Amino acid sequence: MSTTPLSQFSIPLLMGNNLNGWSEALVGFNLLGLPLGLVILAAIPLVFIALYSLTYGVYGERKISAFMQDRLGPMEVGKWGLLQTIADILKLLQKEDIVPTSADKFLFVIGPGILFVGSFLAYAVLPFSPAFIGASLNVGLFFAIGIVAIEVVGILAAGWGSNNKWSLYGAVRSVAQIVSYEIPAAIALLCGAMMAGTLDMQKINILQSGSYGFAHFFLFHSPIAWIPFLIYFIASLAEVNRAPFDIPEAESELVAGYFTEYSGMKFAVIFLAEYGSMFMVSAIISVVFLGGWNSPLPNLGSLALNTWTNGPIWGVLWMISKGFFFIFVQMWLRWTLPRLRVDQLMYLCWKVLTPFAFISFVLTAIWEIYVP
Amino acid sequence: MQELERVGQGSVRVTRKSDKLVIVEKDLATEQMVLAMGPQHPSTHGVLKLECLTDGEVITEAIPCLGYLHRCFEKCCENVDYPAVVPYTDRLDYLSAMNSEFAYAIAVEKLLDIEIPRRVEFIRVIVAELNRIASHLVAIGTYGIDLGAFTPFLFCFRDREIILGLLEWASGARMLYNYIWIGGLAYDVPADFLKRLREFITYFRPKAVELQSLLTENEIFLKRTRGIGIMPADVAINYGWSGPMLRGSGVKWDLRRNDPYSIYPELDFKVVVPDGKLSVVGDCLSRHLVRALEMEESLRIIEQCIDKMPTSEGFNPRSAIPKRIRPKAGEVYSRAENPRGELGFYIESDGKSTKPVRCKARSSCFVNLSAMKDLSKGQLIPDLVAIIGSIDIVLGEVDR
Repeated sequence: MSTTPLSQFSIPLLMGNNLNGWSEALVGFNLLGLPLGLVILAAIPLVFIALYSLTYGVYGERKISAFMQDRLGPMEVGKWGLLQTIADILKLLQKEDIVPTSADKFLFVIGPGILFVGSFLAYAVLPFSPAFIGASLNVGLFFAIGIVAIEVVGILAAGWGSNNKWSLYGAVRSVAQIVSYEIPAAIALLCGAMMAGTLDMQKINILQSGSYGFAHFFLFHSPIAWIPFLIYFIASLAEVNRAPFDIPEAESELVAGYFTEYSGMKFAVIFLAEYGSMFMVSAIISVVFLGGWNSPLPNLGSLALNTWTNGPIWGVLWMISKGFFFIFVQMWLRWTLPRLRVDQLMYLCWKVLTPFAFISFVLTAIWEIYVP
Repeated sequence: MQELERVGQGSVRVTRKSDKLVIVEKDLATEQMVLAMGPQHPSTHGVLKLECLTDGEVITEAIPCLGYLHRCFEKCCENVDYPAVVPYTDRLDYLSAMNSEFAYAIAVEKLLDIEIPRRVEFIRVIVAELNRIASHLVAIGTYGIDLGAFTPFLFCFRDREIILGLLEWASGARMLYNYIWIGGLAYDVPADFLKRLREFITYFRPKAVELQSLLTENEIFLKRTRGIGIMPADVAINYGWSGPMLRGSGVKWDLRRNDPYSIYPELDFKVVVPDGKLSVVGDCLSRHLVRALEMEESLRIIEQCIDKMPTSEGFNPRSAIPKRIRPKAGEVYSRAENPRGELGFYIESDGKSTKPVRCKARSSCFVNLSAMKDLSKGQLIPDLVAIIGSIDIVLGEVDR
């Protein structure tokens, strides 16, 4: 199923020249009749989430916030505190697994699981490289938009099952927030889908490749493309409960929101899910608007930067660094802005973002039809 | 402005439209829920407990429950000598211990009717104003945290650290100083203290502006505080509010001006009241602005004190301290402007004992907090947090 635009990639690599070459090879890999390749395929994003949230996510957040606030951050465990997160995880592993007596035990236990699965499932359609995607769905973008909603179930289960008033407040706020913000987010992504004319994540990426690098990205596709880009970025902050929309877990109001009662590994899983979703939305925004695994460098005459920096391996690098850039922006915002109030949050969603999303939707449609 | 009608069994759903609560749904049978906010809650600034009756996110009633930090201050005072009360006063409002000591010292001095060396007065004012800045920094920083902005808090604490360093240099302690004694001071300030103080002032001025811009130029911060928890001036006076709270409601009332003590009449400073341009007079933002602008006035007071201060030649900070404090029979009420408002001491002496017969502290936070029930009615939970933060309570002083 290789398509032509990818034939330009010059670096020959193990089955890397074909679109989805690596993942198709993995799918075909069986050991003693067991589909081991499928397991590995699923395990790669899992390992990625774990590694990234350990190394970049938590540690990076602490260091970035420290630099923004005139302090040092973790410095004791390991050089520059690099092993701090590992130490934290070890501590969380050793903790007693407490389920409150009055909690609904089933919901309490299953909540973090659903939450994590929700953020992890979307990784299936994230194209990490031209040669790798977990599941090459022709409705990939639609799947990614829809699967985020699963997290709501997890949050509601966790908040309701905790049998704590603060948790309940957090859960109810969270559900209201995520369900509301899905509308502008989805419409903004639809603008991207219209520009691409497909919902297949790999095809969206292919359509953004070209020798001028960043100029082919959908962000620069039309003069109004930055509106859905901004709308999706703002809405994605709300969808993953990041500041200034961290209302479900507003620590100064609701103690810790829906995960007030959680401790030990369940708490760690919730955290993992949060960092997982942070990367997930960052990856989606970079796929739809910033070319995903495409190199932003243009070909300058004989200096064929774009050609040199494209390929399956480079693709992984670009994809992850674009994702990390947006995570950095998320953290930057978190440590700068105060929190909105619940009603202001809803006001922003329904009266600002949604109308503008519709406007940009119509404008993009007009642009796509009348401008060649 | 905020009303919450009850219709039949169910209460009324309300929503906020600009500043008014507008009824959008009726006859929706909902139950009210008792929500215990505190004593262990991140934004009750210690061990305050608020019993909130909530209808969804709207608070119908919030009743403060006090006493979790009660340490029998007044009874303790009856069992120790006059000078030994000073360390206890430190522990009233532990964020501005110098001001509390100052208030107690002038109360006993009034009872004893003794003359204080001029340099002592200047040093007292300097350390008290420094501590006022430190206290306001904590108030502003924690207010940021209440609203979800974490970074200003650490900027505040970075600068507060320098003030604490200066006060530690002078007194030997970082928070609970026991520095201002009855009739004098524990020690004279160190030799280079005034030089370092000048350095601090030049360092802090731009930092205070930066801090201002981080909060009051932020649209979200303004949205969260403007028009929230409005307290009209007359109601504020009736509640007995004082300090930045009362000034936030537009009443120009500062005990340093209106009931002057120490050398404050000689000093030039402005009593800050909100002008109503950025904020609605009496709301949370006004109270925040008063604190933020007062820091500049305190800096000005310190600068004037450095200039006017007598030299340390032949100066003994303990020269006027009485050997044995046994006031004549009588009573005194003396008050001083603390960072949180009026801290008054009522002291009664029987003329025979070296211990006060009665020592009552009129706590500013306690009085300010008493308006909670009025302020919280019909507010949302996030607004309640914003209101508590703007009252700037220190539970050590509320419970004593």
